[in-house]
Amino acid sequence: MVKRYGPTLAVDGLTFDVQPGQVTGFLGPNGSGKSTTLRVVLGLDAPTAGSVAVNGSPYRSHHLPLREVGALLEAKAIHPGRSAYNHLLFLARSNRIPRRRVDEVLEIVGLTDVAGKRAGTFSLGMGQRLGIAAALLGDPGILLFDEPVNGLDPEGILWVRNLMRSLAAEGRTVFVSSHLMSEMSLTADHLIVIGRGKLIADTSVSDFVTGKGQVRSRVRVPDPARLTTLVTERGASVATDHDGALLVSGLLAADIGELAAANQLVLHELTPVQASLEEVFMELTRDSVDFHAGTAR
Amino acid sequence: MTAVLGMEWTKLRSVRSTYWTLLFAIAATIGISALICSLYINRYAQLSPADRFEFNATRFSLNGLELAQLAIGVLGALVITNEYSTGVIRATLSAVPQRPSVLAAKALVFGAVILVVGEAASFAAFFLGQSILSSRHIEAHLGDPGVLRAVIGGGLYLTVLGLFALGIGTMIRHTAGAIATLFGLLLVLPGIVAALPLSWQNAIEKWLPANAGQAIFRNGHGGFAGIHQLSPWAGLGIFCAYAAASLILGGVLLVRRDA
Repeated sequence: MVKRYGPTLAVDGLTFDVQPGQVTGFLGPNGSGKSTTLRVVLGLDAPTAGSVAVNGSPYRSHHLPLREVGALLEAKAIHPGRSAYNHLLFLARSNRIPRRRVDEVLEIVGLTDVAGKRAGTFSLGMGQRLGIAAALLGDPGILLFDEPVNGLDPEGILWVRNLMRSLAAEGRTVFVSSHLMSEMSLTADHLIVIGRGKLIADTSVSDFVTGKGQVRSRVRVPDPARLTTLVTERGASVATDHDGALLVSGLLAADIGELAAANQLVLHELTPVQASLEEVFMELTRDSVDFHAGTAR
Repeated sequence: MTAVLGMEWTKLRSVRSTYWTLLFAIAATIGISALICSLYINRYAQLSPADRFEFNATRFSLNGLELAQLAIGVLGALVITNEYSTGVIRATLSAVPQRPSVLAAKALVFGAVILVVGEAASFAAFFLGQSILSSRHIEAHLGDPGVLRAVIGGGLYLTVLGLFALGIGTMIRHTAGAIATLFGLLLVLPGIVAALPLSWQNAIEKWLPANAGQAIFRNGHGGFAGIHQLSPWAGLGIFCAYAAASLILGGVLLVRRDA
């Protein structure tokens, strides 16, 4: 799928599938094309090239789509003068969803007490909850959430996390976009990573962290120079940790041990280091971030 | 389609601005009528026979429509521009991706509401105005030629105007821009045309949206319908064509553009 806004290429040849029964994280830095992709999925924006199928056909061809796909796009996309109840009611009526379902979703997101209040008085977090209620309204098999934890307090974040996991456990397809790696490492099973509109990774969370030559080992030896020469000959790269230990990447810890033994080198420490999801993400998207913070010189 | 109509009805009735603007439109139509008719009665004794000859009781009691049209025009634009300014449009189009149905439902629901409110206001203003004028026995009656047409026409004018505003709102998507465009066409354009040479004026003026549309409650029997005016129904027909064109163009843009 390709989406261009004037001269700006927002999404550039993006192709992926999202599977049911798991939480799929959709990761990318700000401005990488996540929201654009979601808008195209929902038929709000037309793709410049390519297509997106939801349950096998384009979104715009679906009748009563809220029963198949629920989406939270932006928080507080609500008329400030309309009550939460009426916001959900008009959506329910559009897709022939019974009125009692409105009460049910209000209960699920914890907004029952303020259902009659004008949405303009809501906090950002309450707006998010209302958006999530709207997504759940049609009891859909597919759920799309764009940055659902924005504006939520810690309790709310935990609640969203559990909600997404339980929705996936019920066999639904849950697709969550975020720029927060740490959040995804706690919630997602599978990751789609994009940068500047291009697919960077489509992988499980565990593979994402361990794969991609990101294996590193912390090594302390009496003779660092000798070991450095040996491992670089085998194609690994070496950096120095803050306490003087070597950080060897591109070679498994076992291989380093064997190499040292074969050359009769003494090792004081050999620890495999797992990169955090955050580090891998930063590494992968370094070249595809649109807006870097200025560096002091 | 009934589901989409239900959605639009729920949206329209669940915001206060709907009630305030409609209340303003009703109050303006009736209030101005009562005011103008009372002032006329007070001055009646001093009026010359020529002034009395030009007097049109029906027209006098429907003058408030000029003010009511502002409220209806604003509301018509807001019905859709509000959704763009709040982001609700994306919820709407996610729920009903068949975009022409959304606009058609908006037009039907809003049009029906304005028709009911507009007719009620128009008839109320007429009867109140005539009851005030009856103290001098100069009132009009619904049975008089052209009177019923003019009174019904008042409500029709507001309805078509509301739909014209909805079409413009759909095209422009911004509240301020849509309202400026609408009132530019309705109120400012006649002033510009009035600055043209007289022969041009006479050719163009009657085709302008406001002049064409208002023919239904201004022109014909009893009013000073000049030779350069359209007949009441022809005028309303032209006004309907403006509204239809704005809705069709708005609909085409709604389908083509990203939401």
